[in-house]
Amino acid sequence: MSKTVIELQNIKRNFVVGDEIVHALRGISFKICEGEFVTIMGTSGSGKSTLLNTLGCLDTPTSGEYYLDGISVRTMSKSQRAILRNRKIGFVFQNYNLLPKTTAVANVELPLMYNPAVSAAERKRRAVEALIAVGLGDRLEHKSNQMSGGQMQRVAIARALVNNPAVILADEATGNLDTRTSFEILVLFQKLHAEGRTIIFVTHNPDLSQYSSRNIRLRDGHVIEDTINQRVLSAAEALAALPKNDDDA
Amino acid sequence: MNGTNLFKIALRALANNKLRAFLTMLGIIIGVASVIAMLAIGQGSKRSIQQQISEMGSNMIMIHPGAEMRGGVRQDPSAMQTLKLENYEKLRDECIYLAAISPNVSSSGQLIAGSNNYPSSVTGCSNDYLEIRQLTVEQGEAFSDNDIRTAAKVCIIGKTIVDNLFPDGTDPIGKIIRCNKIPLRVIGVLKSKGYNSMGQDQDDIVLSPYTTVMKRLLAQTYLSGIFASALTEDMTQEAVDEITTVLRREHKLKSTDDDDFTIRTQQELSSMLNTTTDLMTTLLACIAGISLVVGGIGIMNIMYVSVTERTREIGLRMSVGARGIDILSQFLIESVLISITGGLIGVILGCGASFVIKTVAHWPVFIQPWSVLLSFAVCTLTGVFFGWYPAKKAADLDPIEALRYE
Repeated sequence: MSKTVIELQNIKRNFVVGDEIVHALRGISFKICEGEFVTIMGTSGSGKSTLLNTLGCLDTPTSGEYYLDGISVRTMSKSQRAILRNRKIGFVFQNYNLLPKTTAVANVELPLMYNPAVSAAERKRRAVEALIAVGLGDRLEHKSNQMSGGQMQRVAIARALVNNPAVILADEATGNLDTRTSFEILVLFQKLHAEGRTIIFVTHNPDLSQYSSRNIRLRDGHVIEDTINQRVLSAAEALAALPKNDDDA
Repeated sequence: MNGTNLFKIALRALANNKLRAFLTMLGIIIGVASVIAMLAIGQGSKRSIQQQISEMGSNMIMIHPGAEMRGGVRQDPSAMQTLKLENYEKLRDECIYLAAISPNVSSSGQLIAGSNNYPSSVTGCSNDYLEIRQLTVEQGEAFSDNDIRTAAKVCIIGKTIVDNLFPDGTDPIGKIIRCNKIPLRVIGVLKSKGYNSMGQDQDDIVLSPYTTVMKRLLAQTYLSGIFASALTEDMTQEAVDEITTVLRREHKLKSTDDDDFTIRTQQELSSMLNTTTDLMTTLLACIAGISLVVGGIGIMNIMYVSVTERTREIGLRMSVGARGIDILSQFLIESVLISITGGLIGVILGCGASFVIKTVAHWPVFIQPWSVLLSFAVCTLTGVFFGWYPAKKAADLDPIEALRYE
């Protein structure tokens, strides 16, 4: 068994809305090891967003313990969590969240800008490396508004990779993309997984679970299913099987 | 957090919104430029008035007879004969705070030279008068001791007199001017001084030795006044006290008697005019200051809108590891950069505007270095002050909410 990256122990998260208390997470426990590609699925209201926020150290649980790379997150202050996110987590969002009118390199450099230990030269080098890794080596100086959705998502993935995080958190990362581009992004995630990255992919789309190594299903704040996927489909094959688009010719 | 990185981040953010940054700056630019230009105009007019006063002789002291009562009737000072030549001599010999002293007698009449004539008055004085009134002999020479001792029939004339009596441009030196039938030989011409701030023609002047005016023109033994100048402007009061002591002693006044003379100094005049111009400067600066504040509110407004507009960007920055303080610093740096750049442009524009006012409208303009520093410092503070609230708002955003902001 390889090293545990994420460990949740009976995580509960309550929100007070008016007079009512909403229980978004009702005691969630699981471990994710290094090199896993986990899909967290659930319908709207199942608590997956809250879980993602907790995993991403954007939110703290009401009770329970969360260890990220062995570090207890629950008692951390806001700025400590910010630093933790900066060093340990890479986010990929549904709507890319790139800085507008900013080049791909500058976008990818962003997390390193908040890490004083990284020099300007190293920052640039690592950003370029990350962009090459996602297949955008020829789009370094393109601005975010000059790129397609798939390219923008690749930039976002490069940004998530650049700080060499313990875990990559993807929130509906293919939600805004067409089928073909979605598979291209999935191919990229599988490639990253093959390189040993830990990836957590949050989605409401059950089809995507076939391409990850482990599936966790949430409902009403509980884990109702946690299975290892014995037959991981290759996204590259699925992509090849798709009918050719005329635009791509 | 690395300061240079934050600076770069803020700079990139501004570069992405050049037009908006410029429009925000505009308020500060106009504010700073108007503060500088207004202060320059205020200071310029103050200076020009001060200069005119000092041209008249800023440390000038005028002693006139006065305040005498005869049988309960206050007398016209000019008719009084209490200031004597001996008083002048005593003052000249005894006063240590005086740089120069000259008696003053005056005879008015029609001046005639050849076929031209002009109404003016002949002022009888000593050579010290030139120093007191800041006059210079441009052509010819001043009086000699001999001229004064012998009551020589000589005179020094101003430019206006030259223009009126010698309109054809002949050299007046050596020519004869007649005043009340007394012929006076012109031995010098004064350098032109133009009009003073009171609208008096300072070149309408004829100077003769006081002995000449007293003996030959007026046949009187008293003086209409004594002009003196203190060693420095600051010593004017000491000089006045000294003159008062000497004159009271000479006039044998009892301690209960009022002075039978009046002493006036240019200081009174200059402080009065200074009060006026200071008031004007303050008013102008206030108006300009208000525009600076309005500019600052402009910054706050734009930064506030900018924070709302960039909520998702802030959320993203936070999610990749920006702490509240980093976001706060970024927005503060942005607003300070805007105001400093605006301030710099404003300084250049203000100086340029002052220069234009000077060359086109011919207003006296003087840019004081402190006014530039002051407005620059104020606009930097404006940036911090008005940038703080929006920056704080940005820093306090919840990253989850911010990321989800539509």
